[in-house]
Amino acid sequence: MVDWLLDPYDFAFMRRALLVLLVISVVGGVVGAYVVHKGLAFSGDALAHSTLAGVAVAFVSGGNVSVGALGAAVVTALGIGWTRERARVSYDTAIGILFVAMFSLGILILSRRTGYTPDLMSFVFGNILGVSRADLVGAVVLGAGVLLFVAAAYRELLFVAYDPAMAATSGIPSRLYQYAMLVMIAVAVVVALKAIGIVLVNAMLIIPAATASLLVHRLPTIMLLGIGVALVSSVVGLHLSYYGRVAASPAIVLAAAACFIGALGVTSWRARRIVAPPPAR
Amino acid sequence: MNDPQYASVAVGDHVPAREPLPPEHGHDRYALDVRDLWAGYPGQPPAIEGVDLRVPVGELVGLIGPNGAGKSTLFKAILGLIRPQRGEVLAFGRHIEKARDDIAYMPQVEEVDWDFPVSVMDVVLMGRYHGFRPFRRWSAADRSAASDALERVHLSEFAARQVGRLSGGQRRRVLMARAIARGARLLLLDEPFAGLDAAVQHDLVAILDELAQGGTSVLLATHDLTCVANSCDEAVCLNGRLIAAGRPADVLTPEILAETFQRHLLTIPGVHGGVIEVGAADGAPRES
Repeated sequence: MVDWLLDPYDFAFMRRALLVLLVISVVGGVVGAYVVHKGLAFSGDALAHSTLAGVAVAFVSGGNVSVGALGAAVVTALGIGWTRERARVSYDTAIGILFVAMFSLGILILSRRTGYTPDLMSFVFGNILGVSRADLVGAVVLGAGVLLFVAAAYRELLFVAYDPAMAATSGIPSRLYQYAMLVMIAVAVVVALKAIGIVLVNAMLIIPAATASLLVHRLPTIMLLGIGVALVSSVVGLHLSYYGRVAASPAIVLAAAACFIGALGVTSWRARRIVAPPPAR
Repeated sequence: MNDPQYASVAVGDHVPAREPLPPEHGHDRYALDVRDLWAGYPGQPPAIEGVDLRVPVGELVGLIGPNGAGKSTLFKAILGLIRPQRGEVLAFGRHIEKARDDIAYMPQVEEVDWDFPVSVMDVVLMGRYHGFRPFRRWSAADRSAASDALERVHLSEFAARQVGRLSGGQRRRVLMARAIARGARLLLLDEPFAGLDAAVQHDLVAILDELAQGGTSVLLATHDLTCVANSCDEAVCLNGRLIAAGRPADVLTPEILAETFQRHLLTIPGVHGGVIEVGAADGAPRES
């Protein structure tokens, strides 16, 4: 059993994969709690897909692809914040338009290139086993930035999320924090992008936090349990991938989804016990 | 009866009358002094026009007006949540920005995210917030003040509960506890009684009354005219502009109410010993 657990980590690429998943789990668990409870799941997906535009620009111009992704995600985050304040269409419609526009821009730029582009494919579908040392360092730096921000401004973020009007009355720049929350999600998306891929990255923000929210009901505990769920899913998915010769990121996402279904089962069982009618006389 | 189109209250409502203010009460000192305030939203005509309003220290002032009269806009403009187009707002003689620590605001209940995973204690602690200090956690003094505030609104046993799992009346009491924990001397409450039954409303008014006795000043927007008549020291009628302000008995007259609410039918038990009916058909108010 121990061999089964440890054998994969004889390889450096597996150790790097585990480390980057550790970073993704911690960042995803913390940021995901805000994403799930502020109804930002669709924004997270939009941010992930918008990175394709930045990836494409960097790819064509020979720049750093992660920097391109970060730039596109931050621009989209600010755009989402702006449309939320000003747009005369509904919020999700505005996000939907931003989402497809940025994604289309990415495809448009890439369509001018011909031939197979394996690096690009790793951004779209993720390539955990191909994470380089530089990718790992980049994820650690960005992830630490996000965690430091949440730790420093925890009370402000909580207050603004719960009651923006009274928060503003108390002297907190509510609008600034609402934008900061979106930028924070953008950075979290980029942390996980190379490993998990554009298509599935949002799952690492949503599923662990949603699973935790079924079982506990305060923000700090949701964050901690979310991190736990993400870590367990990561290890299970990575082993499934190693021994079952399947792609790692979908295996991890499916493991997380299984955790969610399990938690859903637990809450349904609990609810049935609570509302059970008194026994017949 | 809860239809906010009709500013009326159930007959037999038992919101108590406040004790009259003592003669030595300092009516001349103002917790809130609003002068010629104009405000609205971009691309629209002003929602409030040239409003002058004063809340004397230690008084309960009821703000009434139909839906769309600009009550919430007035609150937001007073607090600087929307930028006034013109006018001045002073709290305790200072510019409102400099008096933030003295003010607590209770927005309409639907503006708060009740599903967010915070406990009752978390919410009350928010009242203790006084400026950004990175990595700061709540102190023992903050926690003790929050516990005291919860005790005053009789919610101590719910401290650990997620706020979304409370009833409507309990939610209002949590927000009231947050205002108490803040130690605010001026409370701005936007429809604190909306959707509450008479008994719960009675409890809230009792808490407000106790706070006012202790020197806290309150401006509350409500559709409940009986509450204003029985429990407020002053009434203010608003419909875009200020229609009237003064003692409830002087303000809640058929003529002023007809002007404030225009074509709506009103039935208010009691202000002048009878029932006032403001007829929608002929627009002729009469007292019986």
